[in-house]
Amino acid sequence: MSEAASQAQAAPRVKPAPTLDNALAMGPVGRLDPRAKLVVVFAYSLLMALAYSPVMAALGVLLGFGLVAWARLGWKVFISRLVAVNLFTAFLWLFLPWQISLGQSVWGLGLVYNPDGLALALLVTLKANAVFLALLALLGSSPVNDIFHALAHLKVPSKLVTMFLLFYRYLHVMRHEYQRLRQAMQVRGFQPGSNLRTYKTYAQLMGILLVRSLERSERVYQAMLCRGFGGTFWLLDHFSWRRADTGFCLMSGLVLIVLALLQWSGISWN
Amino acid sequence: MELIRLEGVSFAYAGRPPVFQGMDFSLSQGQRLGILGPNGAGKSTLFQICLGLLHPQQGKVYARGSLCQGEKDFRALRRELGYLFQDPDDQLFCLTVAEDVAFGPLNLGKGHREVQRLVTDTLDSLGLGDYGRRLTYQLSGGEKRLISLATVLAMQPKALLLDEPSTGLDSERAAAMEKVLDESNLSWAMVSHDQSLLERTCHNIVRLEGGLLKDLP
Repeated sequence: MSEAASQAQAAPRVKPAPTLDNALAMGPVGRLDPRAKLVVVFAYSLLMALAYSPVMAALGVLLGFGLVAWARLGWKVFISRLVAVNLFTAFLWLFLPWQISLGQSVWGLGLVYNPDGLALALLVTLKANAVFLALLALLGSSPVNDIFHALAHLKVPSKLVTMFLLFYRYLHVMRHEYQRLRQAMQVRGFQPGSNLRTYKTYAQLMGILLVRSLERSERVYQAMLCRGFGGTFWLLDHFSWRRADTGFCLMSGLVLIVLALLQWSGISWN
Repeated sequence: MELIRLEGVSFAYAGRPPVFQGMDFSLSQGQRLGILGPNGAGKSTLFQICLGLLHPQQGKVYARGSLCQGEKDFRALRRELGYLFQDPDDQLFCLTVAEDVAFGPLNLGKGHREVQRLVTDTLDSLGLGDYGRRLTYQLSGGEKRLISLATVLAMQPKALLLDEPSTGLDSERAAAMEKVLDESNLSWAMVSHDQSLLERTCHNIVRLEGGLLKDLP
């Protein structure tokens, strides 16, 4: 389809959205059945969320790095997302190690160093990163579409899956609409600054986006009705479960059990 | 065989002057009707009333001679009348092209294998055979428009309601679309403000003006 390609090139291209699609890896992890990956990542996230020892969380991070390496995601994507996640955890390090001590008067408030807070910040950071790395490696290596379908196959309520699907589909339309509006503002000489006019303009921009998406949602629903929508989003693709998927599930189950035993078998970590 | 008939339809959007006042409209099998009208004349509104997406304050809608009263009647009507929306982004709500084309047939309760075949055949007929796995939001405007047509055709309707079908198509694609329509045995009502397009594709043309359909002078 060279004609299509030339047409695609002629159309003004906007910079690609920072979605999971861009991180698509074609390594061995990318070929695993998304259903297997979803189940494993869910169990793993649950375990990590419940973990209370830093050693365990650190093990989780190591495991996560292993998965990312195995999934062969691009390093650039990986680093940029790692930074984004840890911008949040940085705040924990900033605030948690300090405790407010009450003095004699209101003015006597003082900040006191609290080592427990520091330990907590470390634990949360490790846990967050462990979960994030596993999510990125396992879910980031499948097309978003496949993940939604896998959710449906795993009997997640169809309303939820439909909502995810439509959300993801129209996120792109909204982004285009937002960019068009921004451009319309720019060509009429709008320069954002730190002033009331800018805030007002942005508020209007958001308002217009909201109204437009409301109207669009009505039209989309009409389009769905026109094609006989009766509440079910049917699935066209079916995944094929391979031997490698069973192997992956068994291996992951084993690792998760070992981790759980390490955590709750009564071994003291201190 | 009359497919759809509107009788004495009056419609107004809340707080705005009426779009239609006592308007009549009908489309029969074998008919190819062009509807010409300026922007805001109510061309899209007409189609939405036909399919029960908007409800007129007055007047009646008949499908194959029987009165449409509730959602159930319109549901049956929507299988026979395929509606091509003005904005393809409204029409393509699935993530991949194949899923979108399959959406209608699956809703009609067709079997999986039959749907797969329908999807391939429909896309092939529009020269879009290799588009099945493409993501809808990454298509160009013209591609989206043609895929929208494919989603409508895959439901194997008897007639089409086409809302500005050539918008966003380059001349080559527009010609391809006209050819597909012309070679089909479909009836349609097509609204456009492009008179030459209507003259090429339709048997007779009416003008929508002041809320009424009038014959061209």
